[in-house]
Amino acid sequence: MITAATDHVANAALNTASIHFLWSSAAVLTLAMLAFGIDLAGFPARDARAKEREAERAKALENSAVAQKVATGAGGGTAVLDSAPRPANPAEGGDAEEKRKWAGIGMSLSWLGGLLLVANVVFRAWSVDRPPLANMYEFAAVGTMFVMVAFLGWSLRKDVRWLGLFVVAPVVLVEMLCAVVFYTAASSVLPSLKSPWLMIHVTVATLSIALFTIAFSLTILYFIQLWREEKDEEWQAEGGARFRFMDSMPKSDVLDRTSYGVIILAFPLWTFTLIAGSIWAQKAWGSYWTWDPKEVWTLVIWVVYAAYLHARLTAGWTGKKAAYIALAGFACILVNYMIVNVFFVGMHSYSGM
Amino acid sequence: MTNATDRKSAAQSAKASKRERRESPAQQPKLGFFGTLRWLWRQLTSMRTALFLLLILAVAAVPGSIFPQTNIDSTRVTNYLAEHRTIGPWLDRFGFFNVFSSPWFAAIYLLLVISLLGCIIPRTRKQVRALHAPIPKMPRRLDRLPEHRECTIDASPQDVLQAAQSVLRAKRYRFRVDTTAEGVPQAIAAEGGRLREAGNLLFHTCLVFVIIAVAYGHLVGWNGQVIVPAGQGFTSTASRYDTLDTGPLVNIANLTPFSINVNHMDVTFEHDVPSTSPQYGQPRDFVASVTAKLPNMAPKATTIEVNHALDIASTEVYLLGNGYAPKVTVRNAKGQILYADETPFLPQNNNYTSVGAIKVPGASPKQLGFFGFFLPTASFSSTQGPTSTFPALNNPALVLGLYEGNLFPDGSPQSVYTLDTQQMTQVKGSDGQPLRLLIRPGQTVKLPDKLGSITLDSVPRWAGLSVRYDPGKMPALYGALLALLGLIMSMTLRRRRLFVKVAAAADEGEPDDRRTLVTIGGLSKGEDPRLPVGLDNLLESIVKRTGKP
Ligand code: HEM
Repeated sequence: MITAATDHVANAALNTASIHFLWSSAAVLTLAMLAFGIDLAGFPARDARAKEREAERAKALENSAVAQKVATGAGGGTAVLDSAPRPANPAEGGDAEEKRKWAGIGMSLSWLGGLLLVANVVFRAWSVDRPPLANMYEFAAVGTMFVMVAFLGWSLRKDVRWLGLFVVAPVVLVEMLCAVVFYTAASSVLPSLKSPWLMIHVTVATLSIALFTIAFSLTILYFIQLWREEKDEEWQAEGGARFRFMDSMPKSDVLDRTSYGVIILAFPLWTFTLIAGSIWAQKAWGSYWTWDPKEVWTLVIWVVYAAYLHARLTAGWTGKKAAYIALAGFACILVNYMIVNVFFVGMHSYSGM
Repeated sequence: MTNATDRKSAAQSAKASKRERRESPAQQPKLGFFGTLRWLWRQLTSMRTALFLLLILAVAAVPGSIFPQTNIDSTRVTNYLAEHRTIGPWLDRFGFFNVFSSPWFAAIYLLLVISLLGCIIPRTRKQVRALHAPIPKMPRRLDRLPEHRECTIDASPQDVLQAAQSVLRAKRYRFRVDTTAEGVPQAIAAEGGRLREAGNLLFHTCLVFVIIAVAYGHLVGWNGQVIVPAGQGFTSTASRYDTLDTGPLVNIANLTPFSINVNHMDVTFEHDVPSTSPQYGQPRDFVASVTAKLPNMAPKATTIEVNHALDIASTEVYLLGNGYAPKVTVRNAKGQILYADETPFLPQNNNYTSVGAIKVPGASPKQLGFFGFFLPTASFSSTQGPTSTFPALNNPALVLGLYEGNLFPDGSPQSVYTLDTQQMTQVKGSDGQPLRLLIRPGQTVKLPDKLGSITLDSVPRWAGLSVRYDPGKMPALYGALLALLGLIMSMTLRRRRLFVKVAAAADEGEPDDRRTLVTIGGLSKGEDPRLPVGLDNLLESIVKRTGKP
């Protein structure tokens, strides 16, 4: 029993470390949030300066129009059309875009915060000696980790700095909830949770919830952008645009398509979650489907997002109406996670709270 | 000739009447019976209806998670009805305690299945036709297509076309090479991603298949629950189960009478955490060592664990619960044994404070009934009365009261865990208070009024077994996995048409056979944000296979 006792102390130390990582991650990501905020707020000024430069460059281009023609002719004429007003040749046109110092700081802090979050999950797993996916605290921590990993991975392929604030803010919120409300002491799990299917089912569920969360942020931005686009004329008449910083983000139709793209990725994962959950239920409870509240809500979420996909293909339901269904889908995810786990009686009531 | 024209004009008039019908909704009442049916069918199988049915299905499922459901926990339904006397009966009338077997829920999913079939069948027909359709004609001007690219490559036009063909082949596109009047190849028309539609059809078809498999499982499957004290066994016959749910098509006389003997039960509880932790005393592991035997076969020793069922006669035996079955002997005043049996008590909380009843119908002149608690780690507090503070047998005790009278007043079946005390009176102790017996293992306690004695011999555990036969389970799983495959196909594949044209590049007015001007154009069916990327990749691959641009 002495070994067990020392194990216990060691595990407690690991667990304490993991909590410290969680708090540090929340602190770092709060700073990242501020940096992204400053970056967005700085957009109108940046835009004005860019316009000035653009005007200057246009003047310069006019002067060297002849030289320009010769240059493109020799280039072979690959017609790559690009809607963004970008100099034809950065070397010629001077700086393409102003360096966004604050956005850079935001990204660096996001990487650090994301890393700390990974450390939180790894240390938690180490302290309990199993995949950390057995209660709401662990589930939320892994979920936010997936959100950060997805966002950071995406940022390697595309400039998504404009999205930073809207990904990091919910992550910080959930981290705080984790640390203060959901926290559950480290311990082993109920016998029915000891199954590889648990790991598969819950990992994929968490991953798809992370993606649905990003899609939700995009949908919210879509609504704001759409509202601005609709109000634009009115505001112009009243004397100038408002919320100029939102100009640094893609237009509403691009946001709409992007969120659709993310949901398309998340939906098959959720379908798999449903199947893996049934397999696990079959093994643990002897029945693959018992209409337990958690199962019902998993199905409801699936059906609502299927309806969203159908809506996008149905005439008259594109755009706003379909986006409302996506919002309803995310509301169901929140209900499934926040309310069903805690208040509904069912076989899944092992949230540890 | 005349025949052909006739047919043509007939086709034209049919088309015209179709148009007319569509354009004048005021004529709908004239559709007639079959016309109305057709109209209804169209409405039901439209995409919009599918969308509404999906949304309604989502909303309809919600009450099933809010209100207690009879099939999950009928006790909670009874309690709910007792607490909500006005709204409860109304909810009951509308099936809110049986949402998933209620007629309105069934109506929604049956309509969905019909709608699904109605969309699958015509789309399948269309898909089969599309598989045989020729590759589309080359558009005259590729720069009019949604996306197009142009570049000059250091290779002959024929080499470029060869390269383009091998790239398209690698991408599994169907294509056709167009030639000039002289027979020189000059362009490729290609079509890809037709499997997207096939995947989507596979997905929707599999959904129907899964629903049918689940329904089949419900119709011919059954599920029995039985509590077996360690050291005892049971044989799978309808009368032996404590509860037995059977599908409408099951003949309970035909169950395979296999038998299972529970040799012993091993259960461990969490004790490595502080006793204030909510995890303290939580179950960590259950294992039942059993001997299973099919009729006419040799018995086989094996184990049943949580997450690890025993497979026997296409039936699965799950270990879902455990508890204590105190072995009790009741004797009359002369010392004759009236009752000697393991009596399962039902755990009420995580510390296995368990309730149960010991019924002694053989006692005379009046039948005897003991009821009360079994406590694996007994603790007696003045506020809570007798409770257990840990689920293992650290300080076991039976705490019982005693009734005498008629155990089975109306002869109807009753729970083995409670006494029906309608026709019984409680036995009092010498102090005039209701008698309370406290019995520890090995102890014999004398009963008052020459009623005899009761002995607690030992405390074996019991295993709660759930026996399930569900032949729809595996088909449903395979259907679901195929549906997932179809879904991934329909989400990742893009239906695209690509066109490639080559021409000798004109260099300072002179056509040069070693340099080729390639033009490619593409269009997609439906939304396809990655079409530009697809075109870039195609061009890049062609360049890579031929040389320098
Ligand atoms: C249980 C009900 C259903 C579910 C879960 C479901 C699910 C889906 C999904 C996930 C897609 C893919 C959407 C996409 O490609 O973006 C889809 C497409 C589609 N569904 Fe359904 N569906 C259901 C019922 C129906 C019904 C009843 C119909 C017929 C009226 C239907 C017709 C279609 C059509 C036409 C498409 C578009 C295919 C394409 O884009 O090529 N679905 N469905």
